[in-house]
Amino acid sequence: MKKLKPTTRSNIFTYGALLIIFTVVYILNNGGVISNNISGLLIPICAYVCMSISLNLTVGILGELSLGHAGFMSVGAFSGVIAASALRNVTDNGTLQLIAAIAIGAVFAAIAGAIVGVPVLRLNGDYLAIVTLAFGEIIKNLLNNFYIGVDNSGLHFSMKDTASLNMDKGTVIVNGPMGAVGIPKVSTLIVGFILILICYAATANITNSRTGRAIKAIRDNRIAVESVGISVAKYKLMTFVTSAAMAGMAGALYALNYTTITPKKFDFNTSILILVFVVLGGIGNVRGGMIAATVLVVLPELLRAVKDYRMLMYAVVLILVMIFTNNRKARGLIIDPAKKLFGKLIPKRGKGGDANG
Amino acid sequence: MNFLNSLIGGISLGSIYAIIALGYTMVYGIAKMLNFAHGDVIMVGGYVCYLAMFNLGLPAIPAILIAMAVCTVLGIVIEGLAYRPLRQASSLAVLITAIGVSYFLQNAALLIWGSNPKVFTSVINIPAKSLFDGQLVIKGESFVTVSVCIIIMIGLTLFTRYTRAGKAMRAVAEDKGAAQLMGINVNFTISLTFAIGSGLAAIAGVLYCSAYPILTPTLGSIPGIKSFIAAVLGGIGSIPGAMLGGILLGVIEILSRAYISMELSDAIVFGVLIIVLLVKPTGLLGKKIREKV
Repeated sequence: MKKLKPTTRSNIFTYGALLIIFTVVYILNNGGVISNNISGLLIPICAYVCMSISLNLTVGILGELSLGHAGFMSVGAFSGVIAASALRNVTDNGTLQLIAAIAIGAVFAAIAGAIVGVPVLRLNGDYLAIVTLAFGEIIKNLLNNFYIGVDNSGLHFSMKDTASLNMDKGTVIVNGPMGAVGIPKVSTLIVGFILILICYAATANITNSRTGRAIKAIRDNRIAVESVGISVAKYKLMTFVTSAAMAGMAGALYALNYTTITPKKFDFNTSILILVFVVLGGIGNVRGGMIAATVLVVLPELLRAVKDYRMLMYAVVLILVMIFTNNRKARGLIIDPAKKLFGKLIPKRGKGGDANG
Repeated sequence: MNFLNSLIGGISLGSIYAIIALGYTMVYGIAKMLNFAHGDVIMVGGYVCYLAMFNLGLPAIPAILIAMAVCTVLGIVIEGLAYRPLRQASSLAVLITAIGVSYFLQNAALLIWGSNPKVFTSVINIPAKSLFDGQLVIKGESFVTVSVCIIIMIGLTLFTRYTRAGKAMRAVAEDKGAAQLMGINVNFTISLTFAIGSGLAAIAGVLYCSAYPILTPTLGSIPGIKSFIAAVLGGIGSIPGAMLGGILLGVIEILSRAYISMELSDAIVFGVLIIVLLVKPTGLLGKKIREKV
């Protein structure tokens, strides 16, 4: 057999692992082995894993901090919900509605990404982070004032209240601060899983291509890259829009898992939560981010035993992990001995820093 | 007259933002980190003042002093336990730690003081002044808030310009390594910055709760984010910039609430920030950063 390239091998390994995990979870879930609490979290986990992959593209691979990623999720969620609700008159097939919603969510989030990206990407570092934060808040604020309804003559839109929609016997889909109401609950675990595969495959393909190498070079030394004639603006915008589109898909999947959803759900705290997945998983390490997302979504559920203290524990875990992975002295106490111990069991890989690091 | 009333309300709210923004800007200037826990220190300040006044029955001034003392100690402890071990780490790692600290403070407050909102009574009992036959009303709170803000501003400027500790602070902000070689205790200076910032946060907390008298464990997050935006608007790292940014933000917020749209005021505030940063990427009074190759 011909020897495979290391990246191909590692991708096959990841897809295989994902497939096995999914099959096991799916069988356990259908067999009723998984408790109701966790089972209800499965689709949100899929959505958050996609968000983690998406943000990793911006933060880890492009190297620009985004503090408003929930904004794109929100755009995807609401445009997806509107699409799915509008399609209810056309088709009864839930999966079809879901797929259309995800596609439309991706398109709208990509448009939002482009609108945000063009001005934002002129800035650098912390300033860029703050502007993304501001955009996230603006998106939330605008959605808080959207009123959208559907009747036989099509979609109606207003920024005042439901009465000014001028519908005859239509249904309200988005009701300002109350959010989207009466959402068709059509999200399924299988579609969620396929979405993860799509996001992962897209990211892996981007990072291991000419484009990906240009993007990583921008992260490592922008000025050097500019001086060899690579268009920084083009690659930055491309990454940002791709990342936004993924966030939009995740948002649509997430929203269609509930009957109501408010714009407040996708606030600054959600953006931060997604960033925490990425940082805990190892910035730029897509698989790490996926694992971190899963663990952190389930963690509060597992910490139910300590009841009132669970969010406090969550905070403490977060601080301790950051200190133990980043402080040399603390690292020497725990992480390095552990690595030595397990290092013999786990085969060594190449240098970290890319999707397969 | 309505316009003037709104303007005064805006300057008053902006002064609170300015005091909080000072804490952000000083810490950013010296430690190059975004201290997201700063907003929650405001919350702690508000709660401590409330407890001192209503559970211990103290008058307002000692209660505020206690709140300041508690917050100062809290600031030093947070810096020592959570941020100092990460001095060499990437700024993103420190950012996440700051978020962890913020969650910690919010949830600790939730456990200690409960989720039921507490009603704060204003610490300021200066009656409102009416001018022009009652058309223009200046609240006691507005008067006190603006004066306190100006005093803090002048005091802080004098402190950083003329005292040894203040000069050390500016030196550390400029170049940590060189400052250390000149015999400045960098760790002490950073602790001092956190102490001052947190003490100011306590004052801001009391003033904020006097203006919006509902205490909840998450009350600090919204003014925290907005003040942070104010600090960036004025040019992060610059003390007059924080003042200018804070007041500008407060005025824009109140005026857009009064004249454009109640619901969209936040979007307008953030929109202004984006426009300013696009025109002047380091904020209104920020220094231009030269990029070295």
